[in-house]
Amino acid sequence: MVSTAALPVRRAARVWWWLGGAALVLVALSAVSLLVGSKAIPVATVLDALTAFDPTNNDHLFVREERLPRTLLGLLVGIGLGLAGTVMQAVARNPLADPGVLGINAGASFLVVVGITVFGVGSLSGYVWFAFAGALLATVLVYGVGALGREGATAVKIALSGAAANAAFVSLTTTVLLSDTDAFERFRLWQVGSLAGRDGEVLAQVAPFLIAGAVLAVASGRLLNTLTLGDDVARGLGQNVALARVIAGVTVVLLAGAATAAAGPIAFVGLAVPPVARMVAGTDHRIVLPAALLFAPILVLVADIVGRVVARPGEVQVGIVTAVLGAPVFIALVRRR
Amino acid sequence: MTPRGVVGAVRRRARLVALVLALVVAGAFLLALSVGTAFVSVPDVLSTLAGQGSDDTNYIVLDRRLPRALTAVGVGIGFGLSGAILQSLLGNPLASPDVIGISAGAGTGAVVAIVVFGLSGPGVAGAALAGALGTALAMYLLAWRDGVTGYRLVLVGIGLAAILLSVTSYLMTRSQVTSAQSALVWLTGSLNNSAWAKLTPLAVALAVLAPLTVAGSRALDLIGFGDDTASGLGVPVRRARFGLLLCAVALAGTATAAAGPIAFVALLAAPIGRRLAGGGGPALLASALVGAAIVVLADVAAQHTPGLPQVPVGVLTGAIGAPYLLVLLARTNRGGHGG
Repeated sequence: MVSTAALPVRRAARVWWWLGGAALVLVALSAVSLLVGSKAIPVATVLDALTAFDPTNNDHLFVREERLPRTLLGLLVGIGLGLAGTVMQAVARNPLADPGVLGINAGASFLVVVGITVFGVGSLSGYVWFAFAGALLATVLVYGVGALGREGATAVKIALSGAAANAAFVSLTTTVLLSDTDAFERFRLWQVGSLAGRDGEVLAQVAPFLIAGAVLAVASGRLLNTLTLGDDVARGLGQNVALARVIAGVTVVLLAGAATAAAGPIAFVGLAVPPVARMVAGTDHRIVLPAALLFAPILVLVADIVGRVVARPGEVQVGIVTAVLGAPVFIALVRRR
Repeated sequence: MTPRGVVGAVRRRARLVALVLALVVAGAFLLALSVGTAFVSVPDVLSTLAGQGSDDTNYIVLDRRLPRALTAVGVGIGFGLSGAILQSLLGNPLASPDVIGISAGAGTGAVVAIVVFGLSGPGVAGAALAGALGTALAMYLLAWRDGVTGYRLVLVGIGLAAILLSVTSYLMTRSQVTSAQSALVWLTGSLNNSAWAKLTPLAVALAVLAPLTVAGSRALDLIGFGDDTASGLGVPVRRARFGLLLCAVALAGTATAAAGPIAFVALLAAPIGRRLAGGGGPALLASALVGAAIVVLADVAAQHTPGLPQVPVGVLTGAIGAPYLLVLLARTNRGGHGG
């Protein structure tokens, strides 16, 4: 018989192996992402492009202008989606809560469509600010309605107001798109979710928000631990529940808003990574959050790399590949538990 | 109040709410038969329905508008019931055919039929129904591990929904803009092609499934208290859950086959119905009526709102149901009994 005291220690040791392994995989994947693509470039040339950059060499330019920002963006977007999903599932205490289901992505999409049709925006770096504003608008709406009344925001109210906000934004977006074929054509390509063609400018626009959000998220592990116990227990432990929710909300806007702004709405990562992180790391969000931070970009980078390779010379968008590759793995993991 | 008194008050409230909702649906139904390019007054509508209309009103009301309005009611009832069953069964207010992959399965079936095989009409409807049932079967089998739990079904459903939505998006990006746009119209849900002939399968399905659901409603209530409590009270939990799940999927599937996966009706109708009826149970009747009211009103608005192009009904169900749910959430909160 195993002594009960030994179990947490062993579990903790196992978790650190998992996290260390995931970090190594992530480094390896980043390297692969720089080396592999629809255009074949020798390893030595890629290394040269990074260490001894020659602006007149086309291959060097391709690596520096295309693959490097794309890899960094894949890392950051993955981190953003994974952490945003983890935070939302903890706050709403619901495995179905994520920026997609609760209307944050729909809010971002709606303002992108407004940007296309009303303001004639046509470039990715132009979409970014609209997507961001939309995510902010949606989060304020979901929290605002969820928090009306004296008992404040409860998990069920946040879930329902999120579902309602999602419905309203999708309705509005579709109304505009159905009456404007031109906007529909531009929007449907953004909507799938892709890392292709995002240059350094888009990266520079969103990186500060994603990094700030990630720092905030990882630092709020203890806060989320108390929130998942339920409002009454959290209050009993001396936690200011409303303040904790506001911090979580700001984190989600930064992460989900910036990730959606950069890559379009990628739905599956935010839903699927948190349960997997919880399977490995247990219930302590101080470990769950770092686990999600490492697992989510693995999924995004693998999907992006596979998407570049399977349909040469064309590409399959990362939003599609994440689900097609990730969902079977996810279902298998859910079955094992 | 005594416990018996509380139960009585809850029952009375539920009955009153059902009556009011039925009146709302009836009013919306008459509105749908009356307004349009040719306006028919409500007394004329009623006399036409009673078999005393002129040739004109017979054509407009009975041939053109009645099948569409009846389809709207039937589809609304189907989605409303389906959402109420799933949310209670899986113990999650976000569970609905939209979220756990049933609608996604129907959508993939239909988009394959439209974009790949160039089908239309009954072929698309059949493909949608097959997609919904196939997805549900896959979900149940994949979630099976010495029985199924709500949590595992929900997570497996998320996974399947993701795969199916990706397949649909992929087909949409790889197809011609025009056929992608007609697929988008289908995916949004539309009553434009309603006809008497297409109403029959929906009516038959509802006539079979609604009584079955009502028969299972006690089991559904008790499963809400946990599997152990339910089986302690004599509910065959495993069989009841499978049967209710099948009802929910078949309801959503036939409704989707009739009009496309009209978005958000299932998701919004049940929480609205539950909040109106009070009492905390699944509130099947109220949810079904709210579903019908949302679809009929959204269809009237989608066809006849001045200044708006004619849009498919599914575009406006979100816009009509969502603000109401938001207001309801805000109001019950202030009363202190939300959540």
